Amino acid sequence: MSFLAFANGPLLPASRRGFLKSSGLLLSGTAVALLAGRESLAAGGNATEADARILNTALAAELEAVAAYQVGAESGLLQKPALDLAITFQGHHREHADVLAKTIEKLGGKPAAAKARYDFPTAKLKNQADVLRFAAALEKGAVSAYLGAVPVFANRDLAKAAASILGDEAMHWAILRQAVGEMPVPSAFVA
Amino acid sequence: MRLAVAVTAVAAITGFPAAMAAPAGNAARGEALYERCFACHSLENDRAGPRHCGLLGRRAGSVPGFDYSPAMRASGIVWNAATLDRFLAAPTAVVPGTSMGYAGIASAQERADLIAYLSAARCPA
Repeated sequence: MSFLAFANGPLLPASRRGFLKSSGLLLSGTAVALLAGRESLAAGGNATEADARILNTALAAELEAVAAYQVGAESGLLQKPALDLAITFQGHHREHADVLAKTIEKLGGKPAAAKARYDFPTAKLKNQADVLRFAAALEKGAVSAYLGAVPVFANRDLAKAAASILGDEAMHWAILRQAVGEMPVPSAFVA
Repeated sequence: MRLAVAVTAVAAITGFPAAMAAPAGNAARGEALYERCFACHSLENDRAGPRHCGLLGRRAGSVPGFDYSPAMRASGIVWNAATLDRFLAAPTAVVPGTSMGYAGIASAQERADLIAYLSAARCPA
């Protein structure tokens, strides 16, 4: 199951009986609430609420990334094909944000909204390479953020989905490094 | 033996784990490590997380205008080398309910380096 499944489909298997058979779980109050589709009730003070909080922090960062790429695209500093890359990557971040927001709602949370204004170091961005390096830094940070989030999700499907986004951000980071003439994959591990 | 007692006593006072005095931090290495934080933080501006300039000595949850989690606002933490070290090691364990859903930095040396960098980060006048 992925964020998409969380966002667009039922949070849990439709058949309660099937779920019980497949999981072998002893039903707790939390599980009962989840099975009843009451995620927000189930979330009261437990890990599901924490998961929604992690997703909301990720959402805020994704919304900022969308805004950052918009600034880059409108800066006049990017030429094709770098401009096309930026717009494509912005689209990915928008997709991440959309599905994160839907998942947070599914879990009973209130999705973070985009800020009316973001402060980016635009005065330091003088040319295409500056813009691409700035974007690469954001993508590298996103890789680290998702890497740090994966182990703290209580729900392993959410952890898997976060790892999927991590992979996408890592590809962005590598391609942006390549675009400015740096070794695209600087090490065997990310941190 | 006397040394061990002294280390333990210092650890108790500073908050560092007993017999595990914090290593000396290197701000230059910390600057490189800080790139891991870029998705949510910067020194000068509030982002998904609050700004970090002037962090040491600041009460947790106190940057004006930043929308902290209730848990962080109520944590009672004042950021110093010891409290940062504990928080960076395991944010969600130290402040349950924090918005910083991050597993933490396992390496004491990396935490020390990051703290050395953040210690020097002053806000623009």
